[in-house]
Amino acid sequence: MRKIFGCLREYKWPSILTLLLMVVEAFIETQIPTITANLVNTIEGFEGLAGTATPEAMSGVISTGIKLVSMAAVSLICGGLGGYACSKASAGLAKNLRHDMYERVQTFSFENIDKFSTSSLITRLTTDVTNVQMAYMMIIRTVVRSPMMMVFSIIMAYRLGGKLSLFFVVIVPVLVIGLAFIGKTVFPAFKRVFKRYDLLNESIEENVRGMRVVKGFARENYETEKFKKEADGIRKDFTFAERVVALNAPLMQICMNFNMVFILFVGAKLIVQSGGETIKVGQISAMLTYGMQTLMSLMMFSVIFVMVTISAESVRRIGEVLKEDSTLVNPENPVMEVKDGSIDFSGVSFRYSKDAEADSLSNISIHIDSGKTVGIIGGTGSGKSTLVQLIPRLYDVSAGELKVGGLDVRNYDLETLRDSVAMVLQKNQIFSGTIAENLRWGNPEATDEQVKEASRLAQADEFISSFPDGYDTYIEQGGTNVSGGQKQRLCIARALLKNPKVLILDDSTSAVDTKTDSLIREGFRSYIPETTKIIIAQRIASVKDADMIIVMDNGRITDYGTHDELLEKSEIYREVYEEQTNGGDFDEQ
Amino acid sequence: MSSKMPPKAGPRGAMPQGKPKLDIGILKRIIKSLVGFYPKLVPVVIFCIIFSAVTAAMPALFTQNVVALIEKWYVTRDWAGAKAEILPKILLLVGMYLLAIISSLAFTQIGAYLTQGFLFKMRGAMFEKMQSLPIRYFDRNKHGDIMSRYTNDIDTLRQLVSQAIPTLLQAGVVVISVLGIMLWFSVWMTLVVVGGVIAIMFVSGKIGGGSAKFFVRQQASLGRAEGFVQEMMNGQRVIKVFNHEEQSKKDFDEVNNALYNDSFRAHAFANSLGPIIFNIGNLLYVLVAVVGGLLLLSGVKNVSISGMAFSVSLIVPFLGMTKQFTGNVNQVAQQFNTVVMGMAGAGRVFNLLDEEGEVDDGYVTLVNVNIAQDGTITESDKRTGKWAWKHPHKDGTLNYTELKGDVRLNQVDFGYIEGKQVLYDVSVYAEPGQKVAFVGATGAGKTTITNLINRFYDIADGKIRYDGININKIKKSDLRRSLGIVLQETNLFTGTVMDNIRYGRLEATDEECIAAAKLAGADGFITRLPHGYNTELTNNGSNLSQGQRQLIAIARAAVADPPVMILDEATSSIDTRTEAIVQAGMDKLMENRTVFVIAHRLSTVMNSDVIMVLDKGRIIERGSHEDLIAAKGTYYKLYTGAFEEE
Repeated sequence: MRKIFGCLREYKWPSILTLLLMVVEAFIETQIPTITANLVNTIEGFEGLAGTATPEAMSGVISTGIKLVSMAAVSLICGGLGGYACSKASAGLAKNLRHDMYERVQTFSFENIDKFSTSSLITRLTTDVTNVQMAYMMIIRTVVRSPMMMVFSIIMAYRLGGKLSLFFVVIVPVLVIGLAFIGKTVFPAFKRVFKRYDLLNESIEENVRGMRVVKGFARENYETEKFKKEADGIRKDFTFAERVVALNAPLMQICMNFNMVFILFVGAKLIVQSGGETIKVGQISAMLTYGMQTLMSLMMFSVIFVMVTISAESVRRIGEVLKEDSTLVNPENPVMEVKDGSIDFSGVSFRYSKDAEADSLSNISIHIDSGKTVGIIGGTGSGKSTLVQLIPRLYDVSAGELKVGGLDVRNYDLETLRDSVAMVLQKNQIFSGTIAENLRWGNPEATDEQVKEASRLAQADEFISSFPDGYDTYIEQGGTNVSGGQKQRLCIARALLKNPKVLILDDSTSAVDTKTDSLIREGFRSYIPETTKIIIAQRIASVKDADMIIVMDNGRITDYGTHDELLEKSEIYREVYEEQTNGGDFDEQ
Repeated sequence: MSSKMPPKAGPRGAMPQGKPKLDIGILKRIIKSLVGFYPKLVPVVIFCIIFSAVTAAMPALFTQNVVALIEKWYVTRDWAGAKAEILPKILLLVGMYLLAIISSLAFTQIGAYLTQGFLFKMRGAMFEKMQSLPIRYFDRNKHGDIMSRYTNDIDTLRQLVSQAIPTLLQAGVVVISVLGIMLWFSVWMTLVVVGGVIAIMFVSGKIGGGSAKFFVRQQASLGRAEGFVQEMMNGQRVIKVFNHEEQSKKDFDEVNNALYNDSFRAHAFANSLGPIIFNIGNLLYVLVAVVGGLLLLSGVKNVSISGMAFSVSLIVPFLGMTKQFTGNVNQVAQQFNTVVMGMAGAGRVFNLLDEEGEVDDGYVTLVNVNIAQDGTITESDKRTGKWAWKHPHKDGTLNYTELKGDVRLNQVDFGYIEGKQVLYDVSVYAEPGQKVAFVGATGAGKTTITNLINRFYDIADGKIRYDGININKIKKSDLRRSLGIVLQETNLFTGTVMDNIRYGRLEATDEECIAAAKLAGADGFITRLPHGYNTELTNNGSNLSQGQRQLIAIARAAVADPPVMILDEATSSIDTRTEAIVQAGMDKLMENRTVFVIAHRLSTVMNSDVIMVLDKGRIIERGSHEDLIAAKGTYYKLYTGAFEEE
């Protein structure tokens, strides 16, 4: 909670201004009925004067009128400014929250991100912040105003109506109890509704995404029925919640009507009995207004109470993100340069989480010389991707030591290290924007010529140039307008532009045909000989000509050596090779 | 550009830009569907709303009466006498209030039921419609955009139906009845009030219009921010690897500031509207008091329906009514945003509902049959393991054709969008039990061919025949039931692993599902999952590896046991070692079936009966593996790395 308020910063003043303006507004608003009562009473004094126009009689009306008009003017200004200030404060708070959270998330390690899950972080950044924004706006507008309004109203009502104000004693508790009951019933009901809502949306999304599967298995009716059943559950829960909330209106009506009847009747009695001395007709309408104002403030208070409780969950979720510290931290005196692309694993073990049952990597020791090309082969889940992710410190080793350029990766400045290690990931991600913009992720200062050069190396230049807009072709979100193979080549070009000391390709040519794949590797050999190249692949052909091939199985290195050596000594390697080259006679001859 | 996916339409905002419009047609349609769903309840609710509004307007009359009585009696200070006259009025008032409360209780309770029922039916209709839409629709529209119709748009619709429409109706009735009572009292003073209200409407129109404009913009900015965050969060690995954090923060700030600006403006307008109208109401109040006083004093003759003369007992309740009048006008103004956004939301919901569904005029259906020794086919309602196409004829006769899996494409041309042809003159003959492979570069049109066979996309008449039947004559769902597909991109559904496998055939027993998983080579890793086959999968099976998900997809197709299978890069994410294990199962799976295979990996393709080599939408080579290698053409080059010769 304190964290959240800490994000107010430059929007603290609009918030305070709102509170002040609201107090003034509440004060004036509670004065107005008394003045109107005077006005009415003055008019009442005209009884029997009809047609005998005297300017003096009118002056009373006019002077009260002026008073009232100036009050309305002040109230208008306060209300208008208050509306402006509270919007600024709440929108500003939301902006700062999003900013701080986004900034925070950018420092997160994957351990942090995995903990929250990506989709939950997105919800926290969007829906939760919007909830807090709306709640904050309501709160600063009403948290001072409503109680003030109520207090002022009751005081004014007492001053004006004396005994008549007794009705508050009856009405206020009735309304409070009623509202409390509604709030108590409705809160858990809404919580349930929201949960079901999330589930429903999830299943819709699955259907949108998996429409080909749904249609492929002709499951349209099945899905529709399933959906309707879920939707009907929501309908039932939501109807219940809404019906309880809907009780608010009649409850309010009962209170207001009681107010009306009580005042009319008791008021009439008082006026008649006193001969119009203690209380006049004008007071009656003023009392009605005070009653209304009191009830309305109570009502508003109950609304913000509900909003606060609903947004409490959002506040908690935002706070969690803001409080989370990155598990990856820069060392105190970071080394700012990576000497070369040599890599040493010594006794490295790794597990994704402390609770994991088994190591994902165990006891890995291997040395890779700078500038060499290394292939990694292994089955699904053998730990290939995990191994290479340790090099740019996407995760930290759990045990053992990993050196790049002769130094433990934990000694480097994180940015320096990642600048020197380029990685093309298995799951290729390009961002909405032009192709050139995407490629310049690797190096924002790259010249057009360098961009083209890198694309040529990655065998991407040809297809990029075939687009009508060439390098300025706009990539849709998720890169849906380029094919898988094209995406992979763009990602390789992007990585090449970094001019890295270590280049890692994590199964990043799987959608590229063999011919292009080989051309790309050819390019690496001739253009970036000093860069250490690590290639994870499923095709033996992709790694066959590497200086060293590592064979992984079950989180361990089972063998390493050149292609020929491995054919000799590694059974796994031989199996894979034979499987892939089954038939033999079409192999390179 | 790739032809695998037709290019998508440009980015579309969540909301239409520009000046918000009130489309009466949409409102009419909402009301029409509401009445259509609840023909009896809607009139009841409307009646209750009007009734409660009228009863809410009435007290003004009583106040006037009571005040007149007080005026009459207070001089004599005779409470007993006054009471005798006042009490009946008060009791009448109480009675009226009771009626008002009962009717308001009724309409809010029924209203809640109606709103949720309405939303339920709208959601259901949308989902049902969505299921019937052609794949083309999903190519054209962003998934987030489709989703937001179920979330944001339905929500604006909820506010419109549960809040805005009743408020407008109620406030409208109050305004009209109060106006009537005012005229009953005095035309002159009514004119003053009406003049003031016109001023209020002018101001609120200005402010409300600005507010609505920015609310629409805020909605769009929110959509953009959400899209940005989503993209960045999913690409977080790339951001880190490229040290792109600072840049992405800067980009985010830009999006964030735009959202702040729109959101701030929208709310600033909306929040100042209330106090402004309220205080104009106060000004009007003073004006009415002054004018009333002046009229009374100057002795101008009153003009009114009732014929009453000016008196204090007329002016006092009139002042009260002025408040009530402006208060209700304020309420209407406050609903402006809700109405504008609700209409926009409803527009998009209707938009989806009006989409043209997949046309399916197929009449040939797939049925279980028994085939006698002499070849006579008789329909059976049990699962017999034998299938036949039931082909009704115009003259009322029927004939059955045994389902064999003979698929023929004859000189097929096709383009996803007009003017952009992606397949040229493609002919493929797959005989029952044959394995046909498609190879070629990305974008050569391999997937497109399979998309035509299962009619995800339609081609002109007569060019694709299935067991000799034009596939356009086959009911789509039956056609697809006869084809098992495993796609490159695996989609799993929330539920257990078992549920996901059973998706292939809903009646399959647990044993059959496990057998299928064993066949697909998935049994091994599934049994090692925390709860085995009962492990819950969420978020498209994100807790499984790509390869594991593909294995489940294969099991899912296996349990369906279809006569024809389409495997589109079905094993691309399974490493070769695992594939070797799966291979035996796959071979068994493909046994006695017509299979279309698309694969990059040679080992998957090699043992096919026919291999089609595609290039830019044309079949350039065809033959068995041995034939093609011997021919030393493109196929040979593709897979031998012999391109250096070029």
